[in-house]
Amino acid sequence: MSETRSETWIILGATSSMARAFARLKAEQGARLLLAGRDMAELRRLAGDMRLRGAAEAEAIAFDARAPATFAPVIERAEAAGGMISAAIFVGSMPEQAAIDADPALIEGVVADSFTGPARFLQMLAPAMEARGGGTVVGVGSVAGDRGRLGNYVYGAAKAGFATYLSGLRNRLGREGVHVLTVKPGFVDTAMTWGLEGMFLVASPEAVAASIERALAKRKNTLYTPFFWRWIMLIIRLIPEPLFKRLSI
Amino acid sequence: MRWKETDYAGWGRVLSAHGRMARPEKLAALKAALAEAPAPAIGNRRSYNDAPLNSGGAVIDMTRLDRILSFDAQEGLLEAEAGIEIGEVARLFAPRGWLPTVMPGTGRATLGGCIAQDVHGKSHHQDGSFGQHVESVTLLQGERRVSASPTRNKGLFRATMGGLGQTGVILSAKIRLTPCPGTMVRVTESRAENWDEFIALLDRSTAPYVVGWIDATARGAALGRGILEEGELSPTLEPWPKGARRVPLDAPSFALASPVVKLFNAAYYKRVPAEGRIRERPIADFFFPLDKIHDWNRLYGKRGFYQFQCVVPPGEVEALRAIMARIAESALASPLAVLKRMGPGRAGHMSFPMEGYTLALDFPARRGAEALIRALQQMALEAGGRLYLAKDALADGETIRAMYPEHGEWAAICERADPARALETDLTRRLGLRSTT
Repeated sequence: MSETRSETWIILGATSSMARAFARLKAEQGARLLLAGRDMAELRRLAGDMRLRGAAEAEAIAFDARAPATFAPVIERAEAAGGMISAAIFVGSMPEQAAIDADPALIEGVVADSFTGPARFLQMLAPAMEARGGGTVVGVGSVAGDRGRLGNYVYGAAKAGFATYLSGLRNRLGREGVHVLTVKPGFVDTAMTWGLEGMFLVASPEAVAASIERALAKRKNTLYTPFFWRWIMLIIRLIPEPLFKRLSI
Repeated sequence: MRWKETDYAGWGRVLSAHGRMARPEKLAALKAALAEAPAPAIGNRRSYNDAPLNSGGAVIDMTRLDRILSFDAQEGLLEAEAGIEIGEVARLFAPRGWLPTVMPGTGRATLGGCIAQDVHGKSHHQDGSFGQHVESVTLLQGERRVSASPTRNKGLFRATMGGLGQTGVILSAKIRLTPCPGTMVRVTESRAENWDEFIALLDRSTAPYVVGWIDATARGAALGRGILEEGELSPTLEPWPKGARRVPLDAPSFALASPVVKLFNAAYYKRVPAEGRIRERPIADFFFPLDKIHDWNRLYGKRGFYQFQCVVPPGEVEALRAIMARIAESALASPLAVLKRMGPGRAGHMSFPMEGYTLALDFPARRGAEALIRALQQMALEAGGRLYLAKDALADGETIRAMYPEHGEWAAICERADPARALETDLTRRLGLRSTT
């Protein structure tokens, strides 16, 4: 597709399986890819894969949501490529709630990975996107951000913060022709959820990536994926708090 | 590394296992998992039997290590991690003019799985087996990374082709692709009215891709009737077909009751006109006809099914006819039955192929099926034939070792590669394959 050919996609957290599936779709469309993350050896392996699948260019670049010094070089690299800039944010971390209960200091990392890191990055990127008057932001949150639940409320709180941030960013960038999509996946079959108890209706990373692609084509604002999570979360949000606080869902 | 405590099965679902499974998405995670628990690697579990099972132990699911590492567009050499699916390779490279030289019956088989079973396809009579087109393979033996090729570490290479994953965890491999002018196959379908005609058609065929569907319910004069499909790659370029449908539930047992299968087969046979027909079909449809239905193994119900596949030498056509007759009498077979010509090509000590004819049939797991399959195994053995270790779920070690004369040499190489026998699977234990005596 000629539209993506001139476009550079920054993929934050590129080594996650959801990011990999999405980047592969973009690669097959001939996009330029900046694969950002911490494991450089892995990112270089991925970049090779993306080039061989059709990416116009694919480059590995260091990014750590907890190290803001790594942010600017990623943005500079994208600007240097010329053309439109888009970004897809797949970073996030989810230690078990019990681990956080035992060591409350873990909260800072979760919030940096899932909220403040990507928000600060997008805040730095926003002027470049505004200047170009186009491009796309895909922000991956989680249905866990829709309501604080016993099992993962710190992760949920970080994702809720990120969703609210994206809503505001949409309000700002929408005026300049930049599309911001908030993605709220339910259970996805990734390394993060592998072996966890209580998983159901689990979607593949490829299915999630394809649904993001369709939502972008329709210029949706918020995507629940798979779609039924919109209804599941509607019900969960409607449960009155006096009742909800006694539930362990 | 997080391990998942899980129940899992081979494709036939008759045999299953319970144990720990890791699914690394990065090389570092694979190494961490192997450091915690040296364990056999598995792919998409398209082997029908216990080849991908390790009851009570650990296994490593390789499907997320699926990156393409290099491609030489002049020579058609592709290097990729073991978890990539062969159908994905076809989808990505056919439009660029290259196709895996050997395409197994399902595109969901992984590169690692294709090597570990030295799979064959519809072109075996001319192209040989999968392993014959492997240029090199990289294995993880504990912490050690070892490369093998037909010229370097030759013995290890041969033992790895069709080696059931026993020589090390297959990390990546370089394979030779074949030029492919388009994304379609020109398919000629002809009816064979009976066994003799079918064999004659197979012998006469000069097509590069040949496969026969056989009506396993036809008896008497119609015994062995079926449809021969001959394919050649066509220069037509069409978009790759979209994803698969799903089977939402396990089918009830009456779905494959004998009268239903009989009716289905009669209709399937007659759909091809008596004078035959020629069609262009997408590569994926021709090579992987069942992949259009995701989880089609659920059509056999929750008890699962067996697949019997044997190959017999060219001079044993009569023995194979007797096997076919025995199956037709039993009325236990499903509609999925395949008859093919096989060439001599094989890449490893434990590779299935031998020159001759191969017959493959599914049997829903129900009363009589096991006894029938055991009888068929005996008939195949007496005909100097061989059973396929990607399919067999019922044989004993003595039978298999008699069919694989190079077994001892193979087991000795495995012993050096994996002295702790950490890579054993339910299959190798059932058949005592790692025993060097």
